[in-house]
Amino acid sequence: MNERLWNILVDSFPKLLGYGIRVTVPLTVLSFSLALFIAVIVALIQYADVKGLRQLCRFYIWIIRGTPLLVQLYIVFFGLPSVGIKLEAFPAAVLVFGFNEGAYMAETMRGALESVPRGQMEAGYCVGMNYVQIMAHVVLPQAFRTAFPALSNSMISMLKETSMAASITVMEMFRQAQVINGRVYESLGLYCEVALIYLLFCTLLTWLQRVCEKRLSRNGGIKA
Amino acid sequence: MMLDIQNVRKCFDGLPVLRGISLEVEKGDVVAILGPSGSGKTTFLRCLNFLEKADSGQIVFDGRACDLHAATKAEIAQVRKKTAFVFQNYNLFLNKTVLQNVTLGLTVGAKMKKQQALDIAIAALERVGMADRLTSFPSQLSGGQQQRVAIARALASSPEIIYFDEPTSALDPELIGEVLSVMRDLARDGMTMLVVTHEMDFARNVSNKVLFMADGTVIESGPSRDFFENPQQERSRDFIRSILSARQ
Repeated sequence: MNERLWNILVDSFPKLLGYGIRVTVPLTVLSFSLALFIAVIVALIQYADVKGLRQLCRFYIWIIRGTPLLVQLYIVFFGLPSVGIKLEAFPAAVLVFGFNEGAYMAETMRGALESVPRGQMEAGYCVGMNYVQIMAHVVLPQAFRTAFPALSNSMISMLKETSMAASITVMEMFRQAQVINGRVYESLGLYCEVALIYLLFCTLLTWLQRVCEKRLSRNGGIKA
Repeated sequence: MMLDIQNVRKCFDGLPVLRGISLEVEKGDVVAILGPSGSGKTTFLRCLNFLEKADSGQIVFDGRACDLHAATKAEIAQVRKKTAFVFQNYNLFLNKTVLQNVTLGLTVGAKMKKQQALDIAIAALERVGMADRLTSFPSQLSGGQQQRVAIARALASSPEIIYFDEPTSALDPELIGEVLSVMRDLARDGMTMLVVTHEMDFARNVSNKVLFMADGTVIESGPSRDFFENPQQERSRDFIRSILSARQ
């Protein structure tokens, strides 16, 4: 590696990392929170079999899972302004990532809810609890425990997918690498460097997942 | 009379499983509900607590009538408050400790103060011999222990009657004794119980009444002694004979 490249990489590292921490991480956290919220609502509606709304949920999942994420980003950011809906790039990205991953996570949550033995629901009724109380205290906590590894998966893939926000002008970590590269023409070095930082973030998330899972299993997450 | 069950009917997909079951229960009665598999015993018990919706029938509980098909939410809650249910598969809350399993219905369902719920729960767990496992999770217990916790959970709501749906059928043979012994203690203390069971010793020696069902109808009912020593119906005799011969 020549000295020029080395200096470029050393210079850009803190810049890229800075954008990662200031933009990529918040973008991921916000999008994931939105996705989780949507997923739980959509899964609960299906679990409780709310007539009418259930079909709407299936429709949402069908549309989202059947179309590419990049296309969805383009529709919302470049397409919607022509019908008068103008969004800033960052909120547009949060919305699209949230609704996109929400559809996948809704299926994860639905599966997890259905894996909780139904007998506990009956037992809950028999000791005088109502549906909402049983869901909140018994069924949902167990479903979250079951869904946890899959939800962690979703968060990790979402962190990487946020790089697509570069295509709708969000100045996040990957976009910043593109900008620097436009000045210095070191594609291989710079893109490998940015890949390394994504890897770093994901490694951190994986570690976090392991710690959380250990805690959860201490609290009786063990399946009978 | 404490509980008068009248003419319970239920079909599953057009197939009748209960063809009009009636039963009178006095305070302190222990009624063994017997019968071959598929006779509708479990469905009958579940209808009484609205876990299944009967097609028709009514119960009169402490003088208050309640339709088993058309009961309102409030009526259902009222009946469930006076009753408790013990399941074949225990159905403990798997994310809760032994103690929480017993207190949850009190604190969340009945909005009781925490300390009061704790006192009641610990007393109930002592009664079933599980007070030394308060912080264990269900998955750390044997089947017999789980069922005893489930009985404690049932007791905690101070029900007037407890329904037992084959409480020992999912247990390994060596664990059945501990559960039956708890139930025997309850019977001795005067608890009113309806027990769907295949345990003939329990039916014979602990219960004072038998309801013998087959194909969704009552074949014979009456005092346990009469049923076992002098069964009136051919099907009852066949049933008792087959149980006795199966044991040898």
